[in-house]
Amino acid sequence: MGCLALRQGPSTRTRLEGAVKPMTKVCSMREVIAEFVPDGASVAMGLQMEQMIPFAAGHEIIRQKKRALTLIGPISDILFDQLIGAGCVEKVIAAWVGNVMMGSAYNFRRAVEQDGLKVFNMSNFTIALALQAGAMGVPFLPTKSALGSDTAKGNHFFYQIFSPFAPKESLWAVRALNPDVTIVHVQRADAEGNAHCWGNFGVMIEGVRAAKRVILTAEEVVDAEVIASDPNRTVIPGFLVNAVVECPFGAHPSPVQGYYSRDNEFFREYHEQTKTKAESDVWLERWVYGVSDRREYLDQVGADRIDALSVKQHAYAAQADFGY
Amino acid sequence: MSETTISNVGTDALVRSVEQGSRNAPYTLSELMVCAAAREIKDGELVFVGMRLPLIAFVVAKKTHAPHAIGLFENGVIRSTPAAELIYTMADPPNLLGATQCLDMLGVMSLLQSGRVDLGFLGAAEVDRFGNLNSTQVQGSHGMIRLPGSGGACDIASLADRFVVLLEHKKERLPERVSFMTSPGYGDGQGWRKRVGLPRGGPSAVITTKAVLRFGNECESYLDSIHPGIEVDDVLSNTGWKLQHPENVQQTPEPSLEELRAIREYDKEGFWTS
Repeated sequence: MGCLALRQGPSTRTRLEGAVKPMTKVCSMREVIAEFVPDGASVAMGLQMEQMIPFAAGHEIIRQKKRALTLIGPISDILFDQLIGAGCVEKVIAAWVGNVMMGSAYNFRRAVEQDGLKVFNMSNFTIALALQAGAMGVPFLPTKSALGSDTAKGNHFFYQIFSPFAPKESLWAVRALNPDVTIVHVQRADAEGNAHCWGNFGVMIEGVRAAKRVILTAEEVVDAEVIASDPNRTVIPGFLVNAVVECPFGAHPSPVQGYYSRDNEFFREYHEQTKTKAESDVWLERWVYGVSDRREYLDQVGADRIDALSVKQHAYAAQADFGY
Repeated sequence: MSETTISNVGTDALVRSVEQGSRNAPYTLSELMVCAAAREIKDGELVFVGMRLPLIAFVVAKKTHAPHAIGLFENGVIRSTPAAELIYTMADPPNLLGATQCLDMLGVMSLLQSGRVDLGFLGAAEVDRFGNLNSTQVQGSHGMIRLPGSGGACDIASLADRFVVLLEHKKERLPERVSFMTSPGYGDGQGWRKRVGLPRGGPSAVITTKAVLRFGNECESYLDSIHPGIEVDDVLSNTGWKLQHPENVQQTPEPSLEELRAIREYDKEGFWTS
């Protein structure tokens, strides 16, 4: 089944066919991005913070020259900077945009300082609340964070309210966010998109529940029985997922617990190699436009580097008995 | 950084000043600051750790006077033991292996909002007289400079029982009033936090490259200690307001051998503390 068959959305198909025979949502990255990330879309990414950032999906967005996107995320460890540098982005709704290990990200700085990129400043907690409100189907959630902060001023995600139960108690109502598409990278999923993920989740679960469409990229696509064997680890149920892309090393240079470590040198090099617009263009040409897909990207990373990042000492969790 | 909680600005300059100033000293300026930060952690406390120097401070505190402190990270990680090796971000694989819990951001932020977190560490581009922080944008000589942003800093400053700031001591980084208040300190002074509805908290110390500032009855910062080799006038002339100070300013305690050992065992190559 090709990607185009998914057009009517996952829930319909799951209800019609899911009980009878497992459906596959497995597509190529090219198909998925073409299908589910139209120009002007709001896209949530990097929701697991510095782990499992869907760089492969982000690079395909850049290659397909998507435009006028709104990026949503708590922090963004250089992926947002790359999308901004490539001219894909109109707005950013985020708590932090930069290079976590090195500091500022230069494309973001240039875009805000010189080109007037629109940024809605959030904090980590308030972006989590915005997505959670979206996930719960309520227009807002209240918080005591950011009271008195300039972060909330002139920002339409914040509105001052008072508790209906304690009238003098001041709160921010944080407006709900429902991304057009949420893209997450996980360790393993089955062909329907039931996904196992372990490690830190950040705001992934809220971001998936809030989204109108979900793209899942996974290190491995495995048999449904593997996923079903440990339902507590199934943090994303397949019926919320529109498409699954098997993409080994799809989060490089960010880490995936149990699969590969963080490529610290890559983040350092990015910092050094993107200080000007011209340098950034060279970087994008080399690592994104100049490769046709993730396989070619990994060829360029090189086997030695990949090997150096691989797991050196496995640390398996104890088994959980679901028997009765 | 947030990382994400500790803002990244200024670390380069910090490292430079160490290289120029104290190559032959028995400890570096960063190590002194780490130890000062470590001593802010009390045993058994729940601490939002952050990255960079405070991360090492948490390790030092755990290995010395605060073995029962618990570290919280915004990505959803909770640790009762430091990561086994040096990490550059809070989601590095060693920070997850052996964690007390690995879940979600809303979980740890709920602990914070409900008043269970004792202490948080923050960095900033600017900190002002009343401990308000700016990590969003500053005015440079050629116009506005955009910084990475709040990350979780605003949440920690709003909701932790107290917070401690680390930054480079320069006049432009310690203005009388921040140009953008990313993270609330004591606002315009006593009573402000309550007035705007914040449930608790505020800064308890600002650890700079020259001194430690604390906050008095009126919620205004004062000079509490100067680092070894620093003159009071140097601190005063590099602070953007008339900094209050006692007649005799004490010296920031130097790192103990035990503390230095803890730092160097962890940051073996001196990535954060050289």
